[in-house]
Amino acid sequence: MKRHLLSSADLSRADALQVLDTAEELRTLANRPIKKLPTLRGRTVVNLFFEDSTRTRISFEAAAKRLSADVINFSAKGSSVSKGESLKDTALTLEAMGADAVVIRHGSSGAPHRLATSGWVRSSVVNAGDGTHEHPTQALLDAFTLRRHLGDLDGRRVTIVGDVLHSRVARSNAWLLSTLGADVTLVAPPTLLPVGVENWPVQSSYDLDSALDKCDAVMMLRVQRERMNAAFFPSAREYSRRYGLDGRRFARLPEHAIVMHPGPMNRGMEIAADVADSARSVIVEQVTNGVAVRMAVLYLLLSGQPGESERDVAPTTRESELSGLAGAAR
Amino acid sequence: MGPSAPRSESHQRQLSASPVVVLDAADIQRALTRIAHEILERNRGSDDVVLLGIPTRGVALARRVAAIMGGVEGTDVPFGSIDITMYRDDLRMRPARTLEPTEVPARGIDDAIVVLVDDVLFSGRTVRAALDALGDIGRPRAVQLATLVDRGHRELPIRADFVGKNLPTSLVERVEVNLLEYDERDAVFIASAATAGASPASPASPAEGAIR
Repeated sequence: MKRHLLSSADLSRADALQVLDTAEELRTLANRPIKKLPTLRGRTVVNLFFEDSTRTRISFEAAAKRLSADVINFSAKGSSVSKGESLKDTALTLEAMGADAVVIRHGSSGAPHRLATSGWVRSSVVNAGDGTHEHPTQALLDAFTLRRHLGDLDGRRVTIVGDVLHSRVARSNAWLLSTLGADVTLVAPPTLLPVGVENWPVQSSYDLDSALDKCDAVMMLRVQRERMNAAFFPSAREYSRRYGLDGRRFARLPEHAIVMHPGPMNRGMEIAADVADSARSVIVEQVTNGVAVRMAVLYLLLSGQPGESERDVAPTTRESELSGLAGAAR
Repeated sequence: MGPSAPRSESHQRQLSASPVVVLDAADIQRALTRIAHEILERNRGSDDVVLLGIPTRGVALARRVAAIMGGVEGTDVPFGSIDITMYRDDLRMRPARTLEPTEVPARGIDDAIVVLVDDVLFSGRTVRAALDALGDIGRPRAVQLATLVDRGHRELPIRADFVGKNLPTSLVERVEVNLLEYDERDAVFIASAATAGASPASPASPAEGAIR
């Protein structure tokens, strides 16, 4: 696996399957009396959150702690960022404190990429959501959840519904699920489909009802009002009527189909409360799986980093070390 | 369990380029049967005995030993696997490894006599990791160690309770265990450094002298 996890478009099928298989073993840890592994003892993981988050931050925190890493939480509110500190200076501070991995959420698309390639920090960078770009660990946990319920994703149909334009979750899922062989259909009002969606490896549609009949899973997205600076649809009620998953539409789904939502939900808006709480909704399970998937990501990124051992450095290790440095210098 | 092989034998092995088979299928079967009987004898039967294999080949060996013990005792002997990847002490120095399943029998391991089963006992670091992993799963009454081959060169104060074959080796040699569950045949063989390909240039210590 690469040294950073910035985008699910970077993940090869083999990389993605390695994360999912690793997470599968790590998930059994949740059933044990002692939910802790010594794997990352003495390593430091910094949660660098410039944007609000509940589940992603505590999920990464739980994942790092279960691997025995030391966790430093940093949120923009109450830090020097509110005094005007730049991303670069914040990064240099973290580097000086010896962070091994930086988990970053930022309102600007590309901030994690900047952090990883600028040479400011030597640590691994994990994108925990950047602007409207990507949220790769969410896609990985969605793929993990889908795989637990549907088996191999090859040829499975996944429908992603809602505010695709502002959704980094939709973007990451579109890439990752296609890499894993699933057929992805995006459903949204024309105003909420991004420009250039025809170049994505997915189908797109404006009509939810026609997309429901044959799908194996339907993933509802939150309408991101905080990112909406224009009128994208006439009214919340109209949106809910045309693109919300209500009881009537839920009844039309195939027997085995599951309902997903990355959270936080707007009950009654994109998803009806009784659908969200139904037996075929896996929304709570997604959160549980998130910890296992993030443990897998941290384990794979942080163990065996090339160049750390002066003993038994094989030629291949040296090469990847050099390419790592070259990458950092770019 | 016999005395160490004469030094000249292992010298010859080094000189020959092709792998030398040291245990064939029948030898492995006999060794596992003896181990099974020794476990039963030591623990006065199979009550509370749980066999846990260390992936990958230890798991198959644990299953086989459990079957032999079950045949002798007329009961089912619980067996499982314990993955030690996350407990290794060299994680920071090597690329990430894929995890193997940990499957503990339903009875758990609290108050059980756990017999760890591995194919080759070498530095002892794997067993150290397995002991740590066990501690996170439960609290066994006792832990014992069974291994098909003991090749010496311990780096930790660990010894096996049940050994299929003591195999004096030099550090540049490689011991390989093939089992039908994973490979084409049942066999244990020794490959010298030449056939093992580019081996790490570890200062091959005063190897022979180090063999206990």
